[in-house]
Amino acid sequence: MEIADFIRIIENEFEEVAPDSLKPESCFREMDGWSSMHALIFVALIDHHYKVLLNGEELKSASTIEDLFNIVNSKIASGEIND
Amino acid sequence: MAKLTIKHVGIKAVYATVPSFVEKTSEYAYFSAEEAKMFEKTVGIKERRVASKTVTCSDLCFKAAIDLVRDFNCKEEIDLLLFVSQSPDYFLPATAAILQDKLGLSTNCMAFDVSLGCSGYVYGLMLAGQYLQNGSVKKVLLLAGDKSTVSTHIQDKAAYPLFGDAGTATLLEFDDSANDWYFDAGTDGGGANAIIIEAGHSRMPYQNDDSANSEASTDIVRSKKHLSIDGMAIFNFALKNVPHSINNTLELANMGIDKIDFFVLHQANQLITDSLRKKFSLPVDKFPSSIGKYGNTSSASIPLTLCSEIEQELLTKELQLLFCGFGVGFSWATVILTTKHVTTKLLTHD
Repeated sequence: MEIADFIRIIENEFEEVAPDSLKPESCFREMDGWSSMHALIFVALIDHHYKVLLNGEELKSASTIEDLFNIVNSKIASGEIND
Repeated sequence: MAKLTIKHVGIKAVYATVPSFVEKTSEYAYFSAEEAKMFEKTVGIKERRVASKTVTCSDLCFKAAIDLVRDFNCKEEIDLLLFVSQSPDYFLPATAAILQDKLGLSTNCMAFDVSLGCSGYVYGLMLAGQYLQNGSVKKVLLLAGDKSTVSTHIQDKAAYPLFGDAGTATLLEFDDSANDWYFDAGTDGGGANAIIIEAGHSRMPYQNDDSANSEASTDIVRSKKHLSIDGMAIFNFALKNVPHSINNTLELANMGIDKIDFFVLHQANQLITDSLRKKFSLPVDKFPSSIGKYGNTSSASIPLTLCSEIEQELLTKELQLLFCGFGVGFSWATVILTTKHVTTKLLTHD
């Protein structure tokens, strides 16, 4: 799993995010109009593509795209798959 | 995991009542135009029906039920009335007893309340089926619904624009030619705080300061008397548990997923429905959706969707259906059943 693919999936989902605008260090909560609904979309998106379910605490603990990516990777590594 | 098979039960009719008053997401004062647009797109709710101050859930259910028992001329034959709701008329007596009298049902009719929300309709079918299947109880009237808008604070952006009011009535009867029904159900009370109204019952009787509003976050103002909802916790719960429950039920029925004509899920949030649908790689038209018009109507959402979205199919065809209710508790239940020529009616209440 590459972070570039992770970023592309997020960019494809949100029409307000310009292609190639997100970086690993980008703070996802600074996206235009960020709301609790965006958080739900993130969780749905990650579950759909990686079969990993992020809970509220995990999402709160992350600031950047890379933080999220690392949580997803560590859950995959520890076998926490929502299949 | 509770799994059970019920024999000899059929659904004869499903009626639903919604209030005539419409509230549109685009007109919700506490949403910006962008927030309203995002809410419509993600949660899927464009408008909801809201009952007036003097109308209760039992009034909405009554309107559906009185039409139903008149149309089927079965007032004297109802042996059991179930009222599934978390917005009863009173602390006591049971609202089911009030409805038995108001509907003019026989005093030989059993009547009791079941305090469940989003999973409640499927639990109601399960209970009704248990009473009907041995043939001693011939007809059951299952009333399910909620007036959730009485509990939500208008400044709570997580709850207020989500819920709509509705009441439903389903007539079930003993039918020795009916196909078996298959149920899977479960509970995780560890999620009790995810949807809760804290004040007003024994654990936290009303105090003078319960009406005091507090700001739970920048988007949420409410008091302890109001419904509090943790959308992320519910989202996680649904994506984790519902697919298992659906698979368990298919396994119990020894049925391939392609045999199901429609998956009628509790209308919690369109993003949840879409996420669940994608997990099974199924087309949109297999998942009828009424949330855009009515919002989340708790235990009424499955029967309301039957009446508003697939009424022609129910009337004219034999259908293999899967219902799944999930939410407050946490509580969930799935059923696979066959319907044959079910009559539906969608009513409005002024």
